Amino acid sequence: MNARRLLGYNLLSAVVLGIAGFYAGWWLGHQITGPSLAYFSDTGQNDIALFLAYIVGVVGFLVGLGFMSYPIQRLLGKPPSLREKETAGPGRYFTLCTDHKVVGMQYLIGIGFFIFIGGLNAMLIRFELLSPTHESFNANNYLTIVGLHGTMMMGMMTSGILGPFANYLLPIMIGARRMAFPRIEALTFWLLMLAGVILMTTVGYGGFPTGWTGYAPLNDQANLGMDSYIVFFALVGISMSLLGLNMLATVITMRAPGMSWGRLPIFVWGVVSTSVLMLLAAPVLISTLFMVALDRTAQTGFFNEQAGGSAYLYQNLFWIFGHPEVYILALPGMGIVLEILPVFARKPLWGYRLAVTGMLGITLLSWLVWQHHLFVSGINADLRPFYMLSTELISLPTGFIFICALGTLWQGRIRLTVPMLFVLAWLFNFLIGGLSGVFLSDVPSDVTTHGSFFSMAHFHYTIMGGLLFSFFAAIYFWVPKMTGLAINERWGKIHFWSMFIAFNSTFGPLLVIGFLGMPRRSVTYAGYLHGGNTWVSISAFFLGASMLVFIGNFIWSQVFARVPVGPNPWGSKSIEWQLPSPVPVHNFDRIPTFGPDPYPYGVADGPVGRIATVPARPIA
Amino acid sequence: MVNLRAQKAVATAAGISVLGILIGIYVTFLTGGPTPYHVPSAAAAGGPSADLTLQTVAAIGPQLSPNENWVSYLVRENGTWHRSTVWTLPAHALVHVTVYQFDGRSGLRNPFLSQARGVVGGTFTLDGKSMRTINPDDASHTFAIPALGVLVPLEGVADDAKNQCDVAPCAMSAAHTTITFTFRTGKAGHYRWQCFVPCAAGFLYGFGGPMQTIGYMDGFVNVV
Amino acid sequence: MNLRGHAGRIAALTVVGTAIVLPLVIFVLGPNMPPGKRTTGASSQVTDNTVLLVVMTPFTVFILVYLGYAIATFRAPAGEELLDGPPIRGHMPSQIAWLVVTSAAVLFLAIFGTAELFASNGSGGGSGPKPIAKPSGPVLPIQVIGQQWEFTFRYPTYGGVETAQLVLPVDREIEFHVTSLDAIHSFWAYELGVKADANPGVDNVAFVKATKTGDFQIRCAELCGLWHGFMYDTGRVVDGAQFTSWISGERKQFTPVQKYLPPYALAYKPDPQARAG
Repeated sequence: MNARRLLGYNLLSAVVLGIAGFYAGWWLGHQITGPSLAYFSDTGQNDIALFLAYIVGVVGFLVGLGFMSYPIQRLLGKPPSLREKETAGPGRYFTLCTDHKVVGMQYLIGIGFFIFIGGLNAMLIRFELLSPTHESFNANNYLTIVGLHGTMMMGMMTSGILGPFANYLLPIMIGARRMAFPRIEALTFWLLMLAGVILMTTVGYGGFPTGWTGYAPLNDQANLGMDSYIVFFALVGISMSLLGLNMLATVITMRAPGMSWGRLPIFVWGVVSTSVLMLLAAPVLISTLFMVALDRTAQTGFFNEQAGGSAYLYQNLFWIFGHPEVYILALPGMGIVLEILPVFARKPLWGYRLAVTGMLGITLLSWLVWQHHLFVSGINADLRPFYMLSTELISLPTGFIFICALGTLWQGRIRLTVPMLFVLAWLFNFLIGGLSGVFLSDVPSDVTTHGSFFSMAHFHYTIMGGLLFSFFAAIYFWVPKMTGLAINERWGKIHFWSMFIAFNSTFGPLLVIGFLGMPRRSVTYAGYLHGGNTWVSISAFFLGASMLVFIGNFIWSQVFARVPVGPNPWGSKSIEWQLPSPVPVHNFDRIPTFGPDPYPYGVADGPVGRIATVPARPIA
Repeated sequence: MVNLRAQKAVATAAGISVLGILIGIYVTFLTGGPTPYHVPSAAAAGGPSADLTLQTVAAIGPQLSPNENWVSYLVRENGTWHRSTVWTLPAHALVHVTVYQFDGRSGLRNPFLSQARGVVGGTFTLDGKSMRTINPDDASHTFAIPALGVLVPLEGVADDAKNQCDVAPCAMSAAHTTITFTFRTGKAGHYRWQCFVPCAAGFLYGFGGPMQTIGYMDGFVNVV
Repeated sequence: MNLRGHAGRIAALTVVGTAIVLPLVIFVLGPNMPPGKRTTGASSQVTDNTVLLVVMTPFTVFILVYLGYAIATFRAPAGEELLDGPPIRGHMPSQIAWLVVTSAAVLFLAIFGTAELFASNGSGGGSGPKPIAKPSGPVLPIQVIGQQWEFTFRYPTYGGVETAQLVLPVDREIEFHVTSLDAIHSFWAYELGVKADANPGVDNVAFVKATKTGDFQIRCAELCGLWHGFMYDTGRVVDGAQFTSWISGERKQFTPVQKYLPPYALAYKPDPQARAG
């Protein structure tokens, strides 16, 4: 190991420059504000300094990783340096790497880590709720834990499937060798990691009391830790919109010959519809958070009623982003479910066009429903019938996804592998999630269920029971392709059954408890709910333990056992399974040509009917 | 081969240990808070009784808190002043409270909270004078335990008073008001107490910072 | 394989399942749905919840029956080599049937919900300063003031007296006016079937008529800061005579502070202590 390896664009210089940037920004912030702004000296907290610290720190980190070298080289008129060293070695996983497969693996581990942190906070929440009165954590720390759980999960899981799986698989599925914008692809990953670290630093700045929604005017009143939330979500928003942009550009411009829109694998359609929402919804979030930051620093009062602003404005803007966000979390899961079902039902996808229509329908309708979050807020009551209708209309395209899934099972030759079990569980969980959503869409029912544990359990059924289950389906299905190593099936089944049972044993009762009058984000609850909450907490601990089963199995299978799988362990007919495992650096020797049939199951013209030309060997 | 496997095992174990230690530090940090003050109590014929002596200060000062500008309550424990807002009191006890109020006047957002309730006799004394209510604009803080129905307004030091105390701990020679009252703790439980006056300078509605962080203007009464 | 047989059996199982579950939903679960029937608003929610359950039941039963049947019947035998199922890519009649049935259910729910709103059955939910539907007849206005972190109440028809407790007379239409002095709160009286956000500067109206006496919970349902979880209280529904004596007791008790209260208004603008000192 020589010292020269330590210099240059790598994670070490990124961390050093990031920390240096943080303190430089902090110092600069104090120079700017000085003693002239009375409210900063009164409160003893300088928001401008912390914002600048985070921003300069982020820039420093990115410079250290080498993100500025390409633009600066071009500005100086020099030819761009080509990054030839990224093709091999484990070092490329710890640096700016533009190989879409490396970025996919980086996302998988990075997001997995932050989901673990979010889950840990969920365990702490359930520990606190073992008692109907406040006991374990400080009251303000409890709110911080709640906020950290919700914000971390919502922020990280937006890219939970697009990050690892779309980055890795989408270029392969459409017959491309890379994404349209490889450096932007790497940037989305590193921004997300920085965001996660920044959110965790909130604990050192007094935390934030607002939950993941960050409602005004509470967000203006909050301690310095609120700034971490704002910067976190802004970075996530930037990462999201860039990710969506990159995905759309890739699908639009980089499809191989023969890969027409009607032949896209359904997972790609899921990615496309998600990307549209990401590209259009995230900017609303970013600008809203910018307004909040101005309220907190420059005292602009956008959301402060006493200064002529409106708290409703924040709620509207937040949910204009927030409801598409919910479908950003749901749509990739639908894509994965419909992509994996044909493989293990051994049948073509049933109703391809209907499924695509369903996804695009959800994409469109998700923009028209946001005020159902405000049914009892006292905002324009005349609009409630419209939002009730639009919300209930979303069950139509969602129903399309369901009927396509059911149709694919029809007369199949179903094999209950671990990914298939997760897919079937998705159908069950999402059904409960969707049905419970109907209560929230109906105004009279919403009066009781709004803001209660019922709505919390509802979206956990759709996000955890939906997104996280499909996330695990994707892991068990595609990680053997990504690493070339099998995941132990026996322990996978133990993981599945413990997770499925514990999940339903946690959130099923929570639906009931919520309906019986348990408010969200409340550290105390009525005594008659104690029994139910104890049951839920114990189930939640089992749910947490089932995650440890997964982590143990994953590490054991991938690090210790290392059983190689062939190129196509599942007998899939999709293109990624016709390549070696793991996929070679440039994906294809020659760009493949696609036939008309995306799911050639049960047809005579051979196992890879859709692919005319595919290399059988990795390039040298 | 064996060597590689052993290396992996050591690396995995090291990773798990580091993660475990970090989680431990995190959880310990979150469970931390002010050390509870066990208020000494005396048994009497009508049930136990306890004396609680408090002061409020405009700024807590660098000795007692990193947030030196924050407004705070202090409690007298064995003759010295501490920044602890979590107190343990016996059940069904009469608690005699004395508050030395060194902070200036901020005024209430809701004037209704300037009348005492839930205290014995419905009255408190302000500098020796028995009262039910004060002018809401003169309130500096309130002492309230909503679940026990207790609320007492604390009148602030007049703006033109001489020898005002800026930073804790305040000497008794500094300008202050003295408020005394008595309340009953009722049955065992975990009750929050808070201030209702928007006294957190610089924060929106005066309700951020010290008003939303345990250990300053908010705390718990543990009735056991 | 008898294709018609599979479809027939799934249909039969769905019909039988629905026939078993539906009466249970209508007669056993429905009447016991939360939040109970102690007020007109809560009762209408129970009715609504029952209707929603009834509409959902056939769909739920169908999907669960189908999933169970498919997993049991279309399963590849253990050890079977990779055989493919028939390449069925869709079935237009069933797709259209599904679209028609789900659309009918959705439209029914939307129309039903809207009708309920205009029939004043969702009026326990805060509907802003100008509700679309108002109960006929006289109402007793009560103002709910949210503040960090306590609800207080004003009775404008009783001299504008402000109280720390909420007491309602039974069998009288109540018109809640919910507002806030600072952050957003939400006034949730669970047993009454009332939930209305308290926004600063906004008058949010909700109606309810209690039909039984007894205690009810009051909780804050919108995260409002440090003591959000402790912003709870117990209200009482009492008969008319008890209410009259209670309110005159409150007026007497809170006489000293009365002169300091601002005149009753639908929303308050306290001294802008936005940056209090």
